[in-house]
Amino acid sequence: MSKTLYDKIWDDHLVHEDNDGTALLYVDRHLVHEVTSPQAFEGLRIQGRQVRKPKLTLAVPDHNVPTTDRSKGISDKQSKIQVDTLRNNCKEFGINLFDVNDKRQGIVHIIGPEQGFTQPGTVIVCGDSHTATHGAFGSLAFGIGTSEVEHVLATQTLIQKKSKNFRVNVNGRLPTGVTSKDVILKIIGTIGTAGGTGYVIEFAGEVIRNLSVEQRMTICNMTIEAGARAGLIAPDDKTIEYFKDRPMSPKGENWTKAVAHWKKLFSDSDAKFDKEVNIDAKDIEPLVTWGTSPQDVSPITGEVPDPEKEKDKDRRTAMYRSLEYMGLKPKMKISDIKVDKIFIGSCTNGRIEDLRLAAKLLKGKKIASDVSAMVVPGSGLVKKQAEEEGIDKVFKNAGFEWREPGCSMCLGMNEDQLSSKERCASTSNRNFEGRQGRGGRTHLVSPGMAVAAAIKGYLADVREIN
Amino acid sequence: MEKFIKLKSIPAHIPLMNIDTDMIIPKQFLKTIKRTGLGKSLFYEMRYDESGKLIEKFILNNDPYSKSKILLAGKNFGCGSSREHAPWALLDFGIRCVISPSFADIFYNNCFNNGILPIIIDDKSIQELSEYSKRKEEIEVDLNEQEILYGNKKLTFDIEAAKKKRLLEGLDNIGLSLKKIPNIEKFENSMNKTKPWI
Repeated sequence: MSKTLYDKIWDDHLVHEDNDGTALLYVDRHLVHEVTSPQAFEGLRIQGRQVRKPKLTLAVPDHNVPTTDRSKGISDKQSKIQVDTLRNNCKEFGINLFDVNDKRQGIVHIIGPEQGFTQPGTVIVCGDSHTATHGAFGSLAFGIGTSEVEHVLATQTLIQKKSKNFRVNVNGRLPTGVTSKDVILKIIGTIGTAGGTGYVIEFAGEVIRNLSVEQRMTICNMTIEAGARAGLIAPDDKTIEYFKDRPMSPKGENWTKAVAHWKKLFSDSDAKFDKEVNIDAKDIEPLVTWGTSPQDVSPITGEVPDPEKEKDKDRRTAMYRSLEYMGLKPKMKISDIKVDKIFIGSCTNGRIEDLRLAAKLLKGKKIASDVSAMVVPGSGLVKKQAEEEGIDKVFKNAGFEWREPGCSMCLGMNEDQLSSKERCASTSNRNFEGRQGRGGRTHLVSPGMAVAAAIKGYLADVREIN
Repeated sequence: MEKFIKLKSIPAHIPLMNIDTDMIIPKQFLKTIKRTGLGKSLFYEMRYDESGKLIEKFILNNDPYSKSKILLAGKNFGCGSSREHAPWALLDFGIRCVISPSFADIFYNNCFNNGILPIIIDDKSIQELSEYSKRKEEIEVDLNEQEILYGNKKLTFDIEAAKKKRLLEGLDNIGLSLKKIPNIEKFENSMNKTKPWI
């Protein structure tokens, strides 16, 4: 019988299935960070349970770490307790940890692939919704709650119900200035934040095939913003090339065996999808969000929508609430929105290719005088690579702050936050109320668009920056 | 985990769609290493102003809703972050049942690990139940019968049998899965042969 990529990975990990379809799924790779794991380890201790396969888990602190000078340690008392707790738990249960001052430390979804811990065809989980990122390599990857983290630690399995199959085809060629961030914002804007609920989405089509693996990660990363369990992209030669010689990639004979397995990971040509959406690349422009839901997107050349034109009553109410929170008026031009801060980073856009693209546009220019801007590389290795290429100097010369790696202002658990009514062009993934700081106003953009906003001081069109 | 069998309460209605987990419990409260104590911070930015004072017009700040055990909300409740702190905060506040036209996937699953019943019913039924919230009248949820009873009316809801059983009996998932260790070992042995690189 013909199968989708999701069907194949699912079947390959089925430990047990009840008559009603409740399945026990094997987990090949488990990523752990400091915020959603302490209660799970505590649960194991209370019940006297062990970690079943410590070697299949990798831990890193990322949400709570300062992005400024780390030589003095973490000043926030609670953050410090959480990071210390992770260290102690990893020691007690024998789990590999990249600690705060380890060169390999970084955002959990960036270090997984970077180390080759993430691999095609695996089931990967983490107590973090952006685990979807790893789907870019053809692994079934999704976020779980802390009770489930505890379940995975104790059993190396997870109780799951199978989702339905959804394919999004992005056809054609991307216009100039349009990146994978715009593609995923376009998809979310098209299907809505609950459009993927109950599904695993496979992204396919010429545009997806032409993207680099890092660009594909941006797409899968935000699949959760469309409500889907996971996002998937079939591995190809680029994927295989990416994993060659990574520290935790298979070696020698195992590499040959793994590659042979990875090459079988695609949806059969006659596989059945429960839902399918087609998007034409020529209809995608550089996008920004104007509201407090990732589906609230507009082309940079457009205007803030008028809630009065919305027919759905609940949606209209939500739009009014968003506009009030965002301090915007209906019908104002998007390019007339003045920004205060720029944030480049996060598991969505904190990789070396993102920083290269931004630096290329920024070279020799200065940020607007009334804007403050920061770059937070996604990992210590991304930071090192960027510094070797002189990218840090481009940012610093333009007026950006060059920081230490972590989640930073994407969710503002550390000191990196917006003040009330401060407006930010951000390469992160969520524009929810209060997400980047109480009262803070977030506009989601691509790295190129973040640079354009930094230079102009307003939301601006990346195509006008040369 | 506490069993969920029947629950009677005046429901509180927050008529907003896409209530995300950042809204339910903001980031600053995720620094805890405990599961308890989050109830006072539930819906923090809607409940307290910037000086920490209660915002009077917010429903959960007013009696009898400050004691509501049932929450009515708009569609796509619990979207965004996977933080289980969201159901922990609801539970700690006293809410054990959330009724919405739809839920985000991770939040929905997290509820069942904490003895919270998420019920999916259509928008029109939510509006009907909302009248009971306004009139400060109790409604009753009966999980075994899969019914919501209000006035002299009732409506039924769907729930997966396995999830229903877990709530009714307050079962520990890990304990249940550990009974399947022989299956897990068999799987691992076979995987070691077919995929030795894992």
